[in-house]
Amino acid sequence: MTPREHTPSAAQLRRSAYRRRQSVHSVLIAAFSTAALGTLLVVAVTGAPGWDRVRQSFLDPEIGADALPAVLDGLWLNVRLLVCCAAGALLLGLVIAVLRTLRGPVFFPVRALAAGYTYTFRGLPLIIVLYLLTLGVPGLRLQGMPSVLVLGGLALVLTYGGYLAEVFRAGIESVHPSQLAAGRSLGLTYRQTMRHVVLPQAVRRVAPPLLNDVVALQKDVGLVSLAGPIDAVRAAQIATAQSFNYTPYVVAGVLFVLLAIPLIAVTDWVTLRSARRQSGG
Amino acid sequence: MASRSRLLALIVAGVVVAATGCAPQKESPTPTDTASPSCAKDSLPTRTPGKLTIATDQPAYEPWFRKDKPDSGEGFEAAVAYAVAEKLGYARSDVTWTRVKFDTAIAPGEKNFDFDINQFSVTEERKQAVDFSAPYYLVRQTVIALKSSKIAGKTSLADLRGAKLGAQVGTTSYQAITDVIKPAGKPQVYNSNDDAKKALQNGQIDGLVVDLPTAFYITGAEITDATIVGQVPQVGVPEAFGLLLDKNSPLTRCVSGAVGQLSEAGTLTELEQKWLAQVAGAAELR
Repeated sequence: MTPREHTPSAAQLRRSAYRRRQSVHSVLIAAFSTAALGTLLVVAVTGAPGWDRVRQSFLDPEIGADALPAVLDGLWLNVRLLVCCAAGALLLGLVIAVLRTLRGPVFFPVRALAAGYTYTFRGLPLIIVLYLLTLGVPGLRLQGMPSVLVLGGLALVLTYGGYLAEVFRAGIESVHPSQLAAGRSLGLTYRQTMRHVVLPQAVRRVAPPLLNDVVALQKDVGLVSLAGPIDAVRAAQIATAQSFNYTPYVVAGVLFVLLAIPLIAVTDWVTLRSARRQSGG
Repeated sequence: MASRSRLLALIVAGVVVAATGCAPQKESPTPTDTASPSCAKDSLPTRTPGKLTIATDQPAYEPWFRKDKPDSGEGFEAAVAYAVAEKLGYARSDVTWTRVKFDTAIAPGEKNFDFDINQFSVTEERKQAVDFSAPYYLVRQTVIALKSSKIAGKTSLADLRGAKLGAQVGTTSYQAITDVIKPAGKPQVYNSNDDAKKALQNGQIDGLVVDLPTAFYITGAEITDATIVGQVPQVGVPEAFGLLLDKNSPLTRCVSGAVGQLSEAGTLTELEQKWLAQVAGAAELR
């Protein structure tokens, strides 16, 4: 039995041709409408009476190129801080969320402390936490005081840990109680049930909001610059103060967006995947 | 030394040119604009003929005035005031001092002095309300440190290379670090001098760069266990102090001329050396 060569039927060929035509058609329409909108925007912005002035003070390629090395240098600090603080805040948030969802009256003080922590650090403005930790704590003159960067990172971890803890808690509480009951009835301990049954589902469900908070954190790590270190925005501010031209800020803004694109793409992909899984596709 | 007084002279010349050449046309030119009266003592229309009334604030602080006694002629600004008076032909006995609050002096309105000397920075906004003479002092950047710091008592710029220095963002002080001192480590940058002072007190930075008047104020009144390490060579576009006169005062031209002559003769540099570097202890870092 040699397998016969597959030849699509005439109807199938017509169907594929139609589909091809349709997709070419829709790409053309999309391209045209995008071009129309783009042209409209360009005309509206560059035709504005103050466009020349804005272009000179916000889009000067020479000044942008001059500021780029310093801004990139600052961005490296942002990236390092982001990686460390994101890891720290995710871990802290998870721990706090698990503590907040412990059952049983004996754990009341633990639950109360965890709840108090999330209330406090979600309510406190980040700038104030940063000031207290980076300029207040070193004033104690204790032995082995960590560097300003470590203290600033700690302030970010504490603040964002509060947000992430609430996201994790929402995830844990969205797992149906029957899952916990099933795990327990199989003979798993509470800890094993949390570890193997509840948390995997919870984390998967809240992955998009978690990543969203990480994207927000990416912009806030730069605030440690108020304690002295030079991050990308601060480097842009210094360059702007020297040239009286805002282009360095635009350069820093573009770099931030470029840095955020991979994170946001991952977020979108995770969301899409979980949506597909939900709809059983 | 020589280049510093040249810079001052250049700026003085620039200010004079700007004041005469770029002044907006006045609708009704006052006689003093057209005629050029000589700057002899007898022809100067001072508030009290034959006397020169000079104002400053109460209290007047060190190192600008010593012990709040302007008439002793001690302190940098007191010395400058008497030098200007002398250039205009007034003996020490012809000078009378009066006290005027800083804010009152820069506000528009009738003035009860011939000129006021009180660390007034020359700014365009203030020029709308008052007249300024040519600058008698260009503000210098200064390094301050805690007395316990490793850079306290250092005398050369090279000694500061290994120090961790801080400054306020977007200031000439920051430029002084990056362009003149060029330390090995990265400078620390703060939103305000208050944050920077806190970091200095905490020992998070070895030294803080501020302008000289601020340095005197911080070490004298705010952080008493801080000391001035020294003045940094001139950098960027320095702030300039000028004598303040009433708007369109008939004396402005002559007083400005006197300051200009003192600057060219190097007298101002000498007074700076004497009162700021030696007496007040803000030595030059080289």
